[in-house]
Amino acid sequence: MITVSPAPIDVAAELDALEAGVGAVASFTGLVRGDDGVTELELEHYPGATESALEQLAAEAEARWNLSAVRIVHRVGPMTPGERIVFVGTASAHRGAALEACAFLIDRLKTDAPFWKRETRGGTTTWVEPRGTDDLAAARWRR
Amino acid sequence: MAVEMLYFAWVRERVGTGSELVDVPGEIDTVAALLDWLARRSERHAAAFADRGRLRAAIDQHFVPLDTPLGRAREVAIFPPVTGG
Repeated sequence: MITVSPAPIDVAAELDALEAGVGAVASFTGLVRGDDGVTELELEHYPGATESALEQLAAEAEARWNLSAVRIVHRVGPMTPGERIVFVGTASAHRGAALEACAFLIDRLKTDAPFWKRETRGGTTTWVEPRGTDDLAAARWRR
Repeated sequence: MAVEMLYFAWVRERVGTGSELVDVPGEIDTVAALLDWLARRSERHAAAFADRGRLRAAIDQHFVPLDTPLGRAREVAIFPPVTGG
């Protein structure tokens, strides 16, 4: 299940929903860092295409691992340091599938889903540049 | 051929709009050719599309390389490499 929305992410509610009737739940939460005096982070996305890309990643994870549930929640719009940007949760009978699928989803989300970050420091805004390490992290899941 | 152009992030800022409907001549056959054609029409487009290595594209919401044929594209999106998560 996919949600892309400006609403704050309720991690406790997400985990509760994933825990229903399974043996293992793994999750990743991404937070806005206050690096170098960042005061605001704004997330732009491509409505429609973003949701499709995330649905496709969830389907890939479900085809590759034995999962009983997948949840991806990504926030868009303005947010401040400490706030949650993204939540990825996976549920399975055993930890291996849940942990691996969770890592796969966040690594691939970083390179495959159309989101763009813009940071504000003081009075200036800059678009965040992609990091080569993100491409490497995503590439390790290709086979 | 009528094509809805969509721009995101700094591409949107440089072009000056998030979307525009353009009537693409028949001889424009790829995304790269479409960018060349748009760049000839205004300085803002030319500035936005100057560094092709930093541009990514989608045709009808599917991510494609810039040399992809337009085919019967109805929506073409141009944007920088993604930075979500």
